[in-house]
Amino acid sequence: MKPAPFEYLAPRGAAEAVEALSGEDARVLAGGQSLVLEMNYRTARPARLVDINRVEEFARLDVDRAGESGDGALRVRPLVRHRAFELPVEHAGVGPLARLLSLVAHHIAHPPIRARGTMLGSLAYAHPAAEWPAVATTLGAHLDLAGPDGTRTVAAGDFFTGPFGTVRRPEELLIQARLPLLPEGAGVGFVEHRRTHASFAALAAIAVLRLRDGVVDWVRLGLVNAADRPVRAHAAERALLGQPAGTEAASAARAVSGGGAASAAGAVDGAGAVAGAAEVAGDVDADPRPQPHASIAYQRHAVTVLVRRALDQALRDARVSGDGG
Amino acid sequence: MRTRLTVNGQARELDVEPRRTLADALREDCGLTGTHLACEHGVCGACTVLVDGEAVRSCLMFAVQCDGRQVRTVEGLAAADGTPHPLQEAFSAEHALQCGFCTPGFLMLAAGALARDPSVAADPDRLRELLTSNLCRCTGYESIRRAVVRAAGELDGARHADS
Repeated sequence: MKPAPFEYLAPRGAAEAVEALSGEDARVLAGGQSLVLEMNYRTARPARLVDINRVEEFARLDVDRAGESGDGALRVRPLVRHRAFELPVEHAGVGPLARLLSLVAHHIAHPPIRARGTMLGSLAYAHPAAEWPAVATTLGAHLDLAGPDGTRTVAAGDFFTGPFGTVRRPEELLIQARLPLLPEGAGVGFVEHRRTHASFAALAAIAVLRLRDGVVDWVRLGLVNAADRPVRAHAAERALLGQPAGTEAASAARAVSGGGAASAAGAVDGAGAVAGAAEVAGDVDADPRPQPHASIAYQRHAVTVLVRRALDQALRDARVSGDGG
Repeated sequence: MRTRLTVNGQARELDVEPRRTLADALREDCGLTGTHLACEHGVCGACTVLVDGEAVRSCLMFAVQCDGRQVRTVEGLAAADGTPHPLQEAFSAEHALQCGFCTPGFLMLAAGALARDPSVAADPDRLRELLTSNLCRCTGYESIRRAVVRAAGELDGARHADS
């Protein structure tokens, strides 16, 4: 099918864009890689389309370096395409965060879609299998919404309300996401389970951690598509924090879970911590819905496996890239 | 809505409804039916064209969004005298098409990628990632992969001959 008729506005400034959104049944056109297909199907029939692609300032991607309080952030505006995150070198100095975003970006659709689709569009659309909403939630990003009465900030953890649901009001424009920079020396991991290379995520796990003397002293764990909204795995984080988890530990965790014998006592402890946290993520943090081809028990098990792999990847990354371990 | 764009080097002025996709504008208003439409929701890639040098799905863009932009379609690949583009030569040489429906999309996908960064053809992982973008139901992709590698070699040789 073809899209139903709509009024088309292409503002050139941010204020003008927000003003244009105040119309009845208006939608924002950023990358359009989800909206236009919905319009082609006529599952979306907006009366007005506000095309923000001509707002130059919206293409900006800036870094606020960490100050004394360690509050540095990557500031992403509405026209930053997925592709901007593919190569971590494009944000020299952002360190582990750039590595994590690069890992994730390659899991989003495929190159032509990534050349158009935007991170903020993905956040506002809130597809249950989308990666960026879970990344934003896990890292504790701040989202800035501009509306007729000014700008308000919402924590990513409070932004998502369910599949395709957010607290954004129709007349509000998501004008910025502020992703906090990760601590120096942190290792990052992202593992996704999907049917084919360009399929939506069945499930995915995000792991970021820092080691001090072989002990986890900072950790963020998150889940994609493991509940009715993005999940930060708080319980699993608590299970891992303060525990030993060297790189040997992750390998031993695989050996233990695979039925093999673990060797050194320290490795067993670390393995226990990693495997234990992964179990907690599957049992406590995940809240899967029944799927036609995946029972709840299966999904919980798969979350445990993915979290363990993501932690393993993060531990290796910490060893290679930072001073961890 | 009046929209001025350049298609294959030629300035065009279209009067289209905002809901006209770029793919439909190319096919219906410009008469350039080399750009194919199949799924019309961004999955198959048959409609891939270059907008300002970037390979995009023309079914997921509106023509009015291309006001002031450069569009290149499969009709604009060959030289003015009709000499096929190295990618077209390579697709023929490597038997990278059977029914040919997906071919314009694959050609534009590869043309955009090689123009942006020719080294993509030398990196098996990146090349595989690139070619997952479009669907082919005849060839099984291996011959398409070989064709892109061959064309990249030709283009590289041409660049060196120029310098």
